[in-house]
Amino acid sequence: MPSILTVDDSASMRQLVGFTLKSAGYDVVEAADGQEALSVARTRGVQLVLTDVNMPNMDGISLTRELRALPTYKFTPILLLTTESAPEKKLQGKAAGATGWLVKPFNPEQLLATVKKVLG
Amino acid sequence: MNGSAMDLQAADAAQFLTFLLDGEEYGVDILRVQELKAWDSVTPLPNTPAWVLGVINLRGLIVPIVDLRKRFGLREVAYGATTVVVVLKLEAGGRTRIVGVVVDAVSDVYNVGAADRKAPPDVGGTNAFVRELATVGDKMVILLDIDALLGEAADAATTH
Amino acid sequence: MSIDLSMFHRTFFEESGEGLSLMESGLLGLRDGAEDADTVNAVFRAAHSIKGGAGTFGFTAIAQLTHSMETLLDEVRSQARRADGELVDLLLFGVDALGSLLRSAERGEAPDMTEVDPIRQALEAMVQQGGSRPPLPAEPVPAAPAAARIVVDIAPHPELFASGNDPYRLLRELEALGRCDTEVFTDRLPGFHEMDPEVAYLRWRVVVHTGASERDVADVFEWVTDQCDVQITATPATPVAGPAAAEPAAIAKPVRAAAGTDHGQAGSIRVKTEKIDALINLVGELVITQSMLGELGQHFDMTRLEALREGLAQLERNTRELQENVIGIRMVPVGLAFSRFPRMVHDVSRQLKKDVQLTLSGEQTELDKTVIERIGDPLVHLVRNALDHGIESPEVRSAQGKPAQGRVALNAFHRGGEIFIEVSDDGNGLDKARIRRKAEARGLVAAGEPVADERLYDLIFEPGFSTADTVSDLSGRGVGMDVVRSNIKELGGTVGVRTRPGLGTTFTIRLPLTLAILDGQLLRIAGQTFVAPLVSMVETVRVNPAMVGRVAGQAELYRLRDEYLPVLRPQRLFGLPGREAPLHESLLMVVEADGRRAGMLVDELTAQQQVVIKSLETNFRPVPGLSGATILGDGTVALILDVAGVMGLGLDRGEPPVAAAA
Repeated sequence: MPSILTVDDSASMRQLVGFTLKSAGYDVVEAADGQEALSVARTRGVQLVLTDVNMPNMDGISLTRELRALPTYKFTPILLLTTESAPEKKLQGKAAGATGWLVKPFNPEQLLATVKKVLG
Repeated sequence: MNGSAMDLQAADAAQFLTFLLDGEEYGVDILRVQELKAWDSVTPLPNTPAWVLGVINLRGLIVPIVDLRKRFGLREVAYGATTVVVVLKLEAGGRTRIVGVVVDAVSDVYNVGAADRKAPPDVGGTNAFVRELATVGDKMVILLDIDALLGEAADAATTH
Repeated sequence: MSIDLSMFHRTFFEESGEGLSLMESGLLGLRDGAEDADTVNAVFRAAHSIKGGAGTFGFTAIAQLTHSMETLLDEVRSQARRADGELVDLLLFGVDALGSLLRSAERGEAPDMTEVDPIRQALEAMVQQGGSRPPLPAEPVPAAPAAARIVVDIAPHPELFASGNDPYRLLRELEALGRCDTEVFTDRLPGFHEMDPEVAYLRWRVVVHTGASERDVADVFEWVTDQCDVQITATPATPVAGPAAAEPAAIAKPVRAAAGTDHGQAGSIRVKTEKIDALINLVGELVITQSMLGELGQHFDMTRLEALREGLAQLERNTRELQENVIGIRMVPVGLAFSRFPRMVHDVSRQLKKDVQLTLSGEQTELDKTVIERIGDPLVHLVRNALDHGIESPEVRSAQGKPAQGRVALNAFHRGGEIFIEVSDDGNGLDKARIRRKAEARGLVAAGEPVADERLYDLIFEPGFSTADTVSDLSGRGVGMDVVRSNIKELGGTVGVRTRPGLGTTFTIRLPLTLAILDGQLLRIAGQTFVAPLVSMVETVRVNPAMVGRVAGQAELYRLRDEYLPVLRPQRLFGLPGREAPLHESLLMVVEADGRRAGMLVDELTAQQQVVIKSLETNFRPVPGLSGATILGDGTVALILDVAGVMGLGLDRGEPPVAAAA
């Protein structure tokens, strides 16, 4: 069962994403900001990282950069959850090594479709 | 307590616990009876009507005890071996309150069908808390509306 | 599969409520000049979160409103725009509007757009003006019908894998669009020994037979546009139509949201997990103690008496710790009750055309959650009072040589098992003469009667004494000081006032740390055991009958050193049966409540102990002079004295009531 690390400082978003993914049979690990996520990542690997961009302590883009520096996360798909349709966040994300992004608002179906695309 | 608790004679029968006061038999809806307790000492409350004897500790809950004899204006008796406190659940304004009443002795539990219960005639003053008059065999049992009798409204109205 | 999102709504509303508070306090901070980057970021993030959640959960009106606010905040964040007074005020209106929309959404009602629309339009207008971003983009017009055959040339850059992307995924996605004829090119692939497995070498040409548009095909490569050369051969898509410009209207009137967000009324409470963990541990210990005692009880004989004693001592420790911890869970920082005041002071002082600065201190002081919920209204009234009647207008202040800006301070601290909350101002103080006149007019004080200043000032808490509130009341309630005092009294607390003419006034609220436990002094009056709150007791002396005097044949006074104390006789006041003990056999307990002192006659003092306050009202009704009852170690009930109430019975009604007939 593939495991997914979801990172978002909004509890309601974490709940929604976590619930959606678990209902589809994925194993879910949650973190409230980049710092927490990094600590988790240092102790275990996952098959996919879904992270919000704007978070306290460490934002999604820095998290991406840090994760890519970990040997176990070199090729792990990392998707940024962003509400901006503006190009720079996506570019910054890519520059930091992110795989791609999901634009908020998304509905659970969209989330699952994207996750399925990435995890195969 | 008679064992007819299980056989309800009619669909609209209700069960009543009855007790004696000055030779008269009174009844209360059994669903309102929480428990029966032996009479024990009471902590008096200041500046309350005489028929409010005070409060007791009922497993950690502070429960007021009312003397129905005094409430009805009957002559007083010494409390004895059969003196019982009937702990009742009152409903008022959506709240449940626990109140104990001191009675001479507990009598019995009766099922009384609707046919055997009548509204009381207007006998001046007491009807506020008499719900119905019941006929059990050849006895008359006075069924009390305990919410009216003991509720806060009654307290305030009759504080002397 | 469809998932019902409504189960997540509650968290979203709670979170958004907190986010709004944060935005409000952050914006108020910005207004005072400092464009502190951290604050701007925090406000931005709060708006951003609300927008994200609102969009996800389908609250479109909220998402749209937040979008404009977020855009403006982002511009401030990136220094493209200055957070001047006008912008901050507009954003504050936005916060109000959001609050209104959130509340409607929470209640499941349609939003009331009449007040929200002008604000939204004004925000969008501000965005247009000088901003670099267009309003929320409209749905793009779909592209023209697709070609049946789209040729896709895919040449990943060598480092494609490093972003976690996989060409295999791209090919899979293309296959999802339609039948694919795929050709792979290995021309970039080096020999086996030079090959680096982390590098992408292969290229593909895929012919997709699909009704999908060229845009759909391009979307497949959305993430890898910078790491993959893609060539799609088909008819070019038609350009996207632009959104229509909005017609902004002027804001007719500001949205008047209720002051502050709702804290703690939801009936739920956030508790730190450490507190819960500690609780679980304690319960575990209690279970162990219980089973140990149970086992002792099963096979008990006198040789095990010592073990039983120890077990009971342990039980006592466990229960006490558990009790402290559970109470601690309900303790929340008083800052929650203070949070509405910066906004309120900002709004009201603007309305009154006064310049007032609010300082808060001791926000971390914790008190019981129920107390926090109920202390809000009294605090609001005291602060409003300070603003309306305490602080003078800037002109008056300057004329008096005071700084034009007035100060109102809220301060909270623990002392001696109580919480103190002070509301103070540096205004003109209470008007003694006016109070005196009013008191005489109401017959509370006889003309010419000498009255101590502190007693005079305390009269403002008398029912009907309050000066009419002429200023618009934000909360819509016209409450008087008497209600403030009775509200606080219901919480088991007291409120007093100190004032210095021309210099200011301080109201001091004292609250028990917890509603349920009291440090008490057991005492006996007429053979009955009562409990007096230690906190109300000053000292106790043996009565010297010579020190007792009568005034005007009625009130008894006791001369204690240089003070005359009114004498209270609880036995008479409570109508307790029995002969009154002679004075020389009695004790005089000096008690204090509501700023007044008196001497209460009691027969003897017994133990001091903590007692659990049990309500008389649960099953009976409030009894004047009593604040509740408690169960003593021997199972009997002891009544708890309400010192202020006893004073009321004894001192404020002239003749004490005659003992009731038994």
